[in-house]
Amino acid sequence: MGSVTATVAPPTHTNVTRWFRTFGAIVASGFRRQATYRQAAVAGVVTNTVFGFLRCYIFLAVAGAAGTVAGYDRAQLATFVWAGQGLLAVILLWGWTDLADRIRTGEIASDLLRPVHPVTSYLATDLGRAGFAALSRLLPPVLIGPLFFDVYLPRRWATVALFALSVLVAVVLCFGCRFLVNATAYWLQDVRGAMILWTLGSGVLAGLYFPLRFLPEWLQLVLWYATPFPSLFQTPLDVLVERDPAPTQVGLVGLQVAWAVLILAACRLVQRRAERRLVVQGG
Amino acid sequence: MSVIEVHGLRKEFTVRVKAGRLRREKRMVTAVDGVDLRVERGEMLGYIGPNGAGKSTTLKMLTGVLMPSAGQARVCGLRPVAERTRLALRIGVVFGQRSQLWWDLPLRDSFDLLRHVYRVPAAGHAARLRRCRDLLDLDEFLDTPVRQLSLGQRMRGELTAALLHGPEVLFLDEPTIGLDVVSKQAVRGFLAELGRAGDTTLVLTTHDLADIERLCRRLVVIDHGRVVHDGSIAALHSRYGSRRLVVAELDTALAAPPTLPGAPLHRVEADGHRLVYALESAGVAEVVAGLAGLAALRDISIVEPDIEEVVARLYRSPAQV
Repeated sequence: MGSVTATVAPPTHTNVTRWFRTFGAIVASGFRRQATYRQAAVAGVVTNTVFGFLRCYIFLAVAGAAGTVAGYDRAQLATFVWAGQGLLAVILLWGWTDLADRIRTGEIASDLLRPVHPVTSYLATDLGRAGFAALSRLLPPVLIGPLFFDVYLPRRWATVALFALSVLVAVVLCFGCRFLVNATAYWLQDVRGAMILWTLGSGVLAGLYFPLRFLPEWLQLVLWYATPFPSLFQTPLDVLVERDPAPTQVGLVGLQVAWAVLILAACRLVQRRAERRLVVQGG
Repeated sequence: MSVIEVHGLRKEFTVRVKAGRLRREKRMVTAVDGVDLRVERGEMLGYIGPNGAGKSTTLKMLTGVLMPSAGQARVCGLRPVAERTRLALRIGVVFGQRSQLWWDLPLRDSFDLLRHVYRVPAAGHAARLRRCRDLLDLDEFLDTPVRQLSLGQRMRGELTAALLHGPEVLFLDEPTIGLDVVSKQAVRGFLAELGRAGDTTLVLTTHDLADIERLCRRLVVIDHGRVVHDGSIAALHSRYGSRRLVVAELDTALAAPPTLPGAPLHRVEADGHRLVYALESAGVAEVVAGLAGLAALRDISIVEPDIEEVVARLYRSPAQV
């Protein structure tokens, strides 16, 4: 096909720029792919908003007349709920089975035939997806909540930057967890069992059903240090509502970063193991 | 150096078979059983065999998505599994039964993304895309999301996607499966054109032997994981004794069909009104002359050897032929 052949460039710093260009192109494609499902986005926004009211009334009832619970006042609880409802689709705790589906059908072969590591390309795609969700799914609940409830706005400028970082890390970490859950399909074919465990576990332990600060302190310590779950959802929201002083905020985000690095390394390890025993399904 | 070098390639799968109410037995199934193969640059190789013979398994091992149980393989001088991502830059792959395009993106976007994924210079990419657009008539559906394409359109998109980075070797696993006649011709014509240019090596598996006849000078037949033939199509015919046939239509049936030297009687049809002779040492003229002297001929036709029939015989009993 013509006389032009692809050449592999010598290993210089241009390779790094090329890598970022490739990564960026995959992120952009993830954004565009997600953007084709606009009606789904609208339906999701409606659901998130309805559940926002439900959760907000419940937490405010828990706070009761005293107006505070577990270190949150009423405004902080409202922000926790409404920002959380917006972040739900950005971080995407639930409902991602792309990898498992492709393993089950054998389509994974196409991913392996690309010159990009599967973990890298799936991560880039997911960042693009999260980018579209940040525009379409994050804003509506965040804007609707304050119309009906008093919300808490950050008082320290650093909180805003730290919150943005914390959300980005949560997206990466959550992607890694979802990748691992999906990757059980390499061994099990059917991931429904693993998926149910994940859905239950992440809902309770990430702080979606109730803020984890409601739990006894020793249990909080165990959850934060021994599991990645609080770093997925609770941490960005705690940072936003300034539940803790600045040094603790930074520490929590640092813990998040550590978990993200660990989980991504686990993804690469699992992927390598899986490729050695992979049976690409179908002829 | 050969583009593809394979020595003693094997793949065994463990299959669990039900053996009682709860018990399951492990059984080893050998899908590929010691394949040796050497393919030179620019060759167009047909790789055929019955369902389950090990064609796709071989291709998966050569492209690096499946770990061999034993044996060595080198493609473009690289070890497929260990150096898979480097190899990916130098080969193109089309699996007819699955898609490498992005379901929710238009073809144009998929092609653009592939340019970045393979890190191809824009000029080369554009030149190859223009060529594919011309030869495969892509323009009418370039902006359609892949999920809305017909199978024929999608396959033309898949071929383009596999070629945009200018691969040295193109692996095609049943690229014409399920396509209508027009699409098949488009795909074949395109691949023939690619073969004429001479710098792309092509390995093609198919069940449609017309693909092979049209495209490949060399044919490798695999059965039960072993290579049972490696050579030209003509060599296959002569090795397995497929012969041209002379079909004679007679006005009146003969009591006994005549014996002709060098052309044994193949079969008798239509109550003796149609005699079919196989040409061995005798020529067409001798057979016709021999018959004309004995009976009133209404019509004569010559049937060229049918590759499908040879291959069917080969599949049924590879050991005997």
